[in-house]
Amino acid sequence: MSAAWALFRRDLQLGLRQGSDAATALAFFVLAVAMFPFGIGPEPAILARIAAGLLWVIALLASLIALERLFQEDHQDGGLDLLLLAPAPLPLLVLAKLAAHWLVTGLPMILVAPLLAWLLQLPAEGVAMLMLALLLGTPVLALIGAVAAALTLGARRSGLLMPLLVLPLYVPVLIFGVAAVEASLAGLDPAPHLSLLAALLLAAFAVCPWLAGVALRQAAT
Amino acid sequence: MAAGHAILAPMLHRFANPARFSRISRAILPWVAAATAILFAIGLYLALVAAPPDYQQGETVRIMYVHVPAAWMSLSVYALVALASAVALIWRHPLADLVAKSASPLGAAFTFIALVTGSLWGKPMWGAWWVWDARLTSMLILFFLYLGHIALLNAFDDPQRGNRAAAILALLGVVNLPIIKFSVDWWNTLHQPASVFRMGGPSIDPAMLRPLLVMALAFLGYFVCLLLIGVRADLAAARRRAQQLERAG
Repeated sequence: MSAAWALFRRDLQLGLRQGSDAATALAFFVLAVAMFPFGIGPEPAILARIAAGLLWVIALLASLIALERLFQEDHQDGGLDLLLLAPAPLPLLVLAKLAAHWLVTGLPMILVAPLLAWLLQLPAEGVAMLMLALLLGTPVLALIGAVAAALTLGARRSGLLMPLLVLPLYVPVLIFGVAAVEASLAGLDPAPHLSLLAALLLAAFAVCPWLAGVALRQAAT
Repeated sequence: MAAGHAILAPMLHRFANPARFSRISRAILPWVAAATAILFAIGLYLALVAAPPDYQQGETVRIMYVHVPAAWMSLSVYALVALASAVALIWRHPLADLVAKSASPLGAAFTFIALVTGSLWGKPMWGAWWVWDARLTSMLILFFLYLGHIALLNAFDDPQRGNRAAAILALLGVVNLPIIKFSVDWWNTLHQPASVFRMGGPSIDPAMLRPLLVMALAFLGYFVCLLLIGVRADLAAARRRAQQLERAG
């Protein structure tokens, strides 16, 4: 436990001090969203209609960019071998790294989402729901992405591999995340969608750290 | 689980021996190939000539005799890949790796056939080459899952590392497949009324079911043939590499 806590604090410190990965994901999130009105025109009705789906898709892509490098530095500087030898279960260490990663990249995206929602004319009723859905959904993205990041360590063309491996698996999160926002906009009860997102989170929480651990172990050998 | 392991493991060991596999597969391959050819001949005759046209879909229904078996195979092959991956990860059987490696591109091809025939069927039925119908969309995602698996298999200089990584991915994929299927169905009912009418409805006439089943068996036989050939080729390549190394060293 203390090993995991130490790893969490180290990764958090590294993430906050360097800040480049977090800034890359956040900048991508903001800039990509800001491009869309130029592509489809500034008409408020159209923007409001697509805002929820758009923000979610860009959030998916932004988290993908950030996750690609989750284990890469540890793999290159040999830190990964130390993690494998650490006196703590590997899935727990993966979770510690992910928690730090999410605090540095996922949380800022959620905090900046209302601003982008406002730019895209998303009605105010949907904004809180969007943040709540992102709060439940982005950890799932991180958990699934961690497995793929561990699998692609040392691969050729890993930049191409990550989207191919991860995006199909992100589809359920995208569907329920957008559905929750749209339900609240339509005056319907978003609770079922949120419950399903929470179920996805629990399932990913149970499966992904363990699979990522297996993947890391075989990446190191 | 422990009892299952006690029964399963010796059996796996028995059939996972590469030399024994080579012998058995060489013996059965011609028979499977012949059976497949006969099944295709009968199935294609039944499907294209003998089966009646549908009262609503007309002759277009004949696409179903290719589409549905391909769709069935695409899902079953993914299950096989996942099973072989689990065996490879747990018992480290080299043969299981080879099965997963050979089966994956075949499954991708079946998925592709299902997608193309589904789209060909969709043009006269829905008036568009592509409709975001729940089943077609799930198939598309399955196709991406296959592509990811194949890409990961071939992404490493060390093939063993590729096998391992792809095996873990297949396990993650097979857990996700029902979730994706469910969520896509959900999404589909949210966004469009389920008025589009679907391939292979709830009830099917025996005159159509028979050709369908024969075609499904033919597809299965075809898959088994190609899988055996693929695994045998990989085994031969490994043997040749070993011989070359021996000669060089």
